[in-house]
Amino acid sequence: MDHFARLGLPAALDLDAAALDRAYFALQRQWHPDRFVSRGPEERARASAEAASLNEAYRTLKDPLSRAFYMASRAGVEMPGDGKTIDDPELLMEAMEAREALHEAGTVEAVDALAAEARRGVQKALAGLASLFLANDRAAIRKALLRLRYLDKFAEEARARRMNIERSNA
Amino acid sequence: MTLLEIHEPGETPLPHAGEGSLAVGIDLGTTNSVVAIARDGKPAALHDETGKALVPSVVAYPGAGGVLVGEEARAVMAAEPRNVVASIKRLMGRGAGDLHTVAGVLPYEVEPGTGETDMVKLRIGGKARSPVEISAEILKALRARAEAALEKPVERAVITVPAYFDDAARTATRDAARVAGLEVLRLVNEPTAAALAYGLDKGSEGLYAVYDLGGGTFDFSLLRLEKGVFQVLATGGDTALGGDDFDRAIAERMLAERKRDGLPDEVDEAAVKAALALARHMKEQLSDRDQTSGRLEVAGVPSFHTLTIAEFDAMIDAFVDRTLAISRNVLADAGMAASDIEGVVLVGGSTRVPLVRTKVAGMIGKPPLTDIDPDEVVALGAALQAEALTGGGDTLLLDVTPLSLGLETMGGIVEKIVPRNTPIPSQLAQDFTTYQDGQSAMAIHVVQGEREMVADCRSLARFELLGIPPMTAGAARIRVTFAVDADGLLTVSAEERTTGVAQRVEVKPSYGLSHEDMADMLYDSMDNAEADMNLRLLTEARVEARRSLLALEAALAKDGGLLSGEERADIDAARTRLEAAMAGESRDEINAAAEALEALSKPFAERRMDRGIRQALSGMSMGELESRVGE
Repeated sequence: MDHFARLGLPAALDLDAAALDRAYFALQRQWHPDRFVSRGPEERARASAEAASLNEAYRTLKDPLSRAFYMASRAGVEMPGDGKTIDDPELLMEAMEAREALHEAGTVEAVDALAAEARRGVQKALAGLASLFLANDRAAIRKALLRLRYLDKFAEEARARRMNIERSNA
Repeated sequence: MTLLEIHEPGETPLPHAGEGSLAVGIDLGTTNSVVAIARDGKPAALHDETGKALVPSVVAYPGAGGVLVGEEARAVMAAEPRNVVASIKRLMGRGAGDLHTVAGVLPYEVEPGTGETDMVKLRIGGKARSPVEISAEILKALRARAEAALEKPVERAVITVPAYFDDAARTATRDAARVAGLEVLRLVNEPTAAALAYGLDKGSEGLYAVYDLGGGTFDFSLLRLEKGVFQVLATGGDTALGGDDFDRAIAERMLAERKRDGLPDEVDEAAVKAALALARHMKEQLSDRDQTSGRLEVAGVPSFHTLTIAEFDAMIDAFVDRTLAISRNVLADAGMAASDIEGVVLVGGSTRVPLVRTKVAGMIGKPPLTDIDPDEVVALGAALQAEALTGGGDTLLLDVTPLSLGLETMGGIVEKIVPRNTPIPSQLAQDFTTYQDGQSAMAIHVVQGEREMVADCRSLARFELLGIPPMTAGAARIRVTFAVDADGLLTVSAEERTTGVAQRVEVKPSYGLSHEDMADMLYDSMDNAEADMNLRLLTEARVEARRSLLALEAALAKDGGLLSGEERADIDAARTRLEAAMAGESRDEINAAAEALEALSKPFAERRMDRGIRQALSGMSMGELESRVGE
């Protein structure tokens, strides 16, 4: 079953976080295995399966990035596998420059500034995605998601770099 | 004891609820254990005749025979140190491969198991005993205490485990309960239980932290509370860090002082245990005073030692800082800042240490919650959950996996299937493929941990998926499914999906399982697979025979007149023989009887066909016939 349908929510990128929590909690109340402790094995197995599916739906939709990727796969957008090289020359150039800047950043502040810029980029790309989904512009969705994936990785690298700097300062 | 359970998908045996008996909450601690019961939402720890709630998690197998638990066991420690076990929780689910993490910590003779995933055993009282057996003795004692206090049978319990406990340790805990005659309603993470005891599920909203520093383990968990739902956001810890480390630091200092003063300092087991007992006492004294002193006697020679709070703080500073570093990692994992925390619950006797309280308050910028006895708080929460599970409470606990679960792939790299902090129950699958033409088997190695390389993670189980049909490399689709139940226990299954006949093996990773055991279990499942196959073929033979009997019956009803009386009698006898064979269990007999019947009824079928053709042809013009033939 579709994750949105399972939670009884509209399939929208700008999902209301509070509504998602409410729907998830209400359904977990109904299906969590703890509610079936005194029932028979079949009912318990069914509850466990339902609760597991709910958890998967919640986990997929909770994070805006994973929600965007899920919506893309629903819309039939084909994404290259993780770890494949970036096939968008513009993004490739941006990524190379950003990595170089991160490599040269010698202070926690400099790294934080780069990470903050990446986060702004994520917000901007997410904001732009909603209209692309409405228009079902698959090529543009794919391009935006590749950029999001790169920015997310970059933020992770920035976190690792920050820890390295902190450690060498200590 | 069942160490490996293999069952048909969907037929996992689940414990059914017994009626009439009481359900208690048990905190099976490293240093102390507590049993509690809740009635009408009010939990209370169960005390012994002297009013003590804490049962030392100490088991003795005295030379005179029998088993002692708790204070009685501790009492024989000085006289028979080799027959007494403490801190057994540290070895729950631990295999020989984990021994380095506890090496030097336990003064016992440890017998590593024969295989990599075997659980270690201890040589106590002249006999090899597993941590499950020893823990079961503690649980039996707690059960007996509860039954004495409540004057009713106690058969069900909620047992708490550190959030950081891995799958093997959780399985071991469940097994220990089973040995003690207790059905485990649910394993609840200790921090979650503590938050329940504070009633944070009632009315509190927001982010709460639980800082649990017990005797042997440290846990830090972040919980989000909203409208009676307890959501564990992230958790982390160290299964080998706790107040015992503080005791050891003090004991080592005293033994070093003796050496410095030229006193007998041979460190035998009795001396270490005596020093540790005194150290614990001095540590407890320093919870509400600035200085303490004590008298240690080794080899009949006494020595006197003093310890100031400043000295003690300096000795344990690194341990406390390590807990804070773990806490900050958990916060970072959840994407939260210390300032987001509404409150922090302190759990475990070691949180009475003033330095711990000061440093935790410093980290979150708020005084921690300390109203409930930190030694009892976990058992009280477990009791509340036991009541909620049996009596239908409204609080819901949503837990997460403490550690990532994954598979070994080419080159010893870990492919994570279930990342840490995934909400449970959960079921996640990933497809793998073969790498050699005609590859007929695939080794599945299940590991737990956060590291990228298999060598750095904990091995949970290995099994082989056999009978993959010959295909070119990369053509097979092997789906490996990880299912984690609400207790955090893992079941792994593998299935080849391109062929119609799916082979499926479910392995519950466990400790105490040698490769030979594992192989036996798998061969069993292979045998079962064959039995399943035979059953399917038998069923198919019956279905086929039934189909031809029905067809023959219909034909006899219509064209029975084409047969002579003798022919008809032969066919009827053959029908009876086939029906008899179908009632039996032999596919060969069914097939033989079906063939015999078919041979006998062949002339009948031919005559029917001839008659059918004649009927069809009669009255047809040549032209009609030609156009028919041309069709």
